[in-house]
Amino acid sequence: MKKPLIPLAVLAVLAVLPFSGLSTYMMHILILVLMWTTIGMSWNLLGGYCGQVSFGHAAYFGVGAYTAGLLYFKLQASAWWGIPLSVAVVSVFAFVLGYIVLKLRGPFFALATLASGEVLRITTENWNGFTNGTLGILIQERTWVAKTQYYYIILAITAFTFLLVRRLVASKWGYYFVAVREDQDAAESLGIDTTKYKTIALVVSAALTGICGAFYTNYMGFIDPHIVFALHDISIITIMIVMVGGVATQWGPLVGAGIMVLLAEWIRSIPGLGASHQAFFGVLLVLIILFLPNGIVGDFRKITRLFGRARA
Amino acid sequence: MNAAQVEVLLQTLIAGVLLGGLYALIGLGMTLIMGVMKIINLAHGELMMVGMYIAYWMFSLFGIDPYVSVFIAGPLLFFLGILIQKYLINTVLRVDSILPENQVILTVGVGMILASAATIAFKSDYRSTPVKYGTSAFYLSDLWKGSPIELSLSIPWSVSFLFALAITAGLWFFLQRTDTGKSIRATAQDLDAALLMGVNVQRMRVVTFGLGSALVGAAGCLFIPIYYLYPALGGQFTLIAFVITILGGLGSNVGAILGGLILGLFESLTATYVGMGWAPVGRFVIFIAALLFLPGGVASLLRRRAFGK
Repeated sequence: MKKPLIPLAVLAVLAVLPFSGLSTYMMHILILVLMWTTIGMSWNLLGGYCGQVSFGHAAYFGVGAYTAGLLYFKLQASAWWGIPLSVAVVSVFAFVLGYIVLKLRGPFFALATLASGEVLRITTENWNGFTNGTLGILIQERTWVAKTQYYYIILAITAFTFLLVRRLVASKWGYYFVAVREDQDAAESLGIDTTKYKTIALVVSAALTGICGAFYTNYMGFIDPHIVFALHDISIITIMIVMVGGVATQWGPLVGAGIMVLLAEWIRSIPGLGASHQAFFGVLLVLIILFLPNGIVGDFRKITRLFGRARA
Repeated sequence: MNAAQVEVLLQTLIAGVLLGGLYALIGLGMTLIMGVMKIINLAHGELMMVGMYIAYWMFSLFGIDPYVSVFIAGPLLFFLGILIQKYLINTVLRVDSILPENQVILTVGVGMILASAATIAFKSDYRSTPVKYGTSAFYLSDLWKGSPIELSLSIPWSVSFLFALAITAGLWFFLQRTDTGKSIRATAQDLDAALLMGVNVQRMRVVTFGLGSALVGAAGCLFIPIYYLYPALGGQFTLIAFVITILGGLGSNVGAILGGLILGLFESLTATYVGMGWAPVGRFVIFIAALLFLPGGVASLLRRRAFGK
């Protein structure tokens, strides 16, 4: 198959999947996989290609989710308007935040972003008058009972994100991003305005994550600060999806999201182990870092070689 | 300001200093590891949680006072730290990958495993050690009958503070006076130069991670008489430790102590004058302010004075 056809083939398979008579539960899983793929791809743009490892993507997810939620809660508008609006809100937010955190490098950037997510969680918890605090926001009427419509919406978002990231990475900007990742000082000395390109990567990545947040509000119908600003269940899972799938690869986030969502659901179904999915994730994370540092897609050759040797 | 307001302010300041002393101990462990390894240990708070559970079980099963547990949890955490460094982090140092942050992400994984293991083993219940002296305190009016204001000094808080001071002094002595301590400082200053001087850098890394873990484990034992314990408590203390390290200046021990005190005071003031729930936000406000206006931390101010600039 010719290379440019693979994404189209995958899209076609994903588009006809709902017609194969999947149960509502399976549709739910698929929607989650697609949502996490989108978040993973947007993280990958910033973390994988531009080298800025963010531990705070829950901040953008949460701001997007709350944009949609507050639109409904305060203005009685449809929460679906939150999707276009969240792009604007999250972009501005990420731009301002980026001004502070992008001055930092490596682990310090990582922790500053981690802190930003936590600050937002605590602020939304305490700011009762505006965000309804820990009670959260409940969307009282669901737009659709069936999952199919939601599925196509998130599929469109995912496809758009895939295209956008692919175009960006193949463009001149993409090379600038990689240059910043490989050696920021060298990139700077070659005349690349590193702050500018880091900000671009951050804002695009944040806006895409924010769209997912707004979608989440519409799909789940309930948000609270603990869910949407979760450190482990959003920020860290995002990193794990990309690490498991493959850093700086096109298909890594899809593979990673599929594995992580299925793994989480599988662990949840084992009685008595419900709360312990994080222990498994932790072990998986350690194993991946030790043995497949570039993820399943990134180290695919290594895996096939390993299996080839075992057979021989 | 009337007498009552002065009383509240002074009481807040006392609470802040006492809290700050304990924070300093947590920050010191983090800053040691950061100085030598150049990485952030994101499992730091979880290691403290492990120390607290050790103290808790020692108290519940054998009736051992949490302050005695410092000498049990410290060595145990030291070995746990050594194991983590030797078999996980050192292994990752040799693995080639796109992102250099792999070691940091690895410590996240370690922290997740520790926290979930604690949840599985001990459930998510809140626990505390009901020590006899838990609620006793010194009062100013006992010493000075005619005092216009009333101040109190909680006994467990004060004892924990004194323990923290003693451990800090011990650490200072170790780093300044012993061979191993000097080797650790040399490794932190310049890895290659230390290697050329015959310092066993690999071993120093392992020892440092053990030492940092032991310090935070000891801090856990000091925290348990005054705090409560639950498996997810680690994350917030990891953040506290990190804020202290940034505030104090990376890899600076004096900075970590001052950073701990500043953070303790600031949190105590936010809790009194803004509201209990906002104390963590105050923590991050000071964190971002430090990043923006004092990127080198308190240590850079000290250094500037030392150079007479």
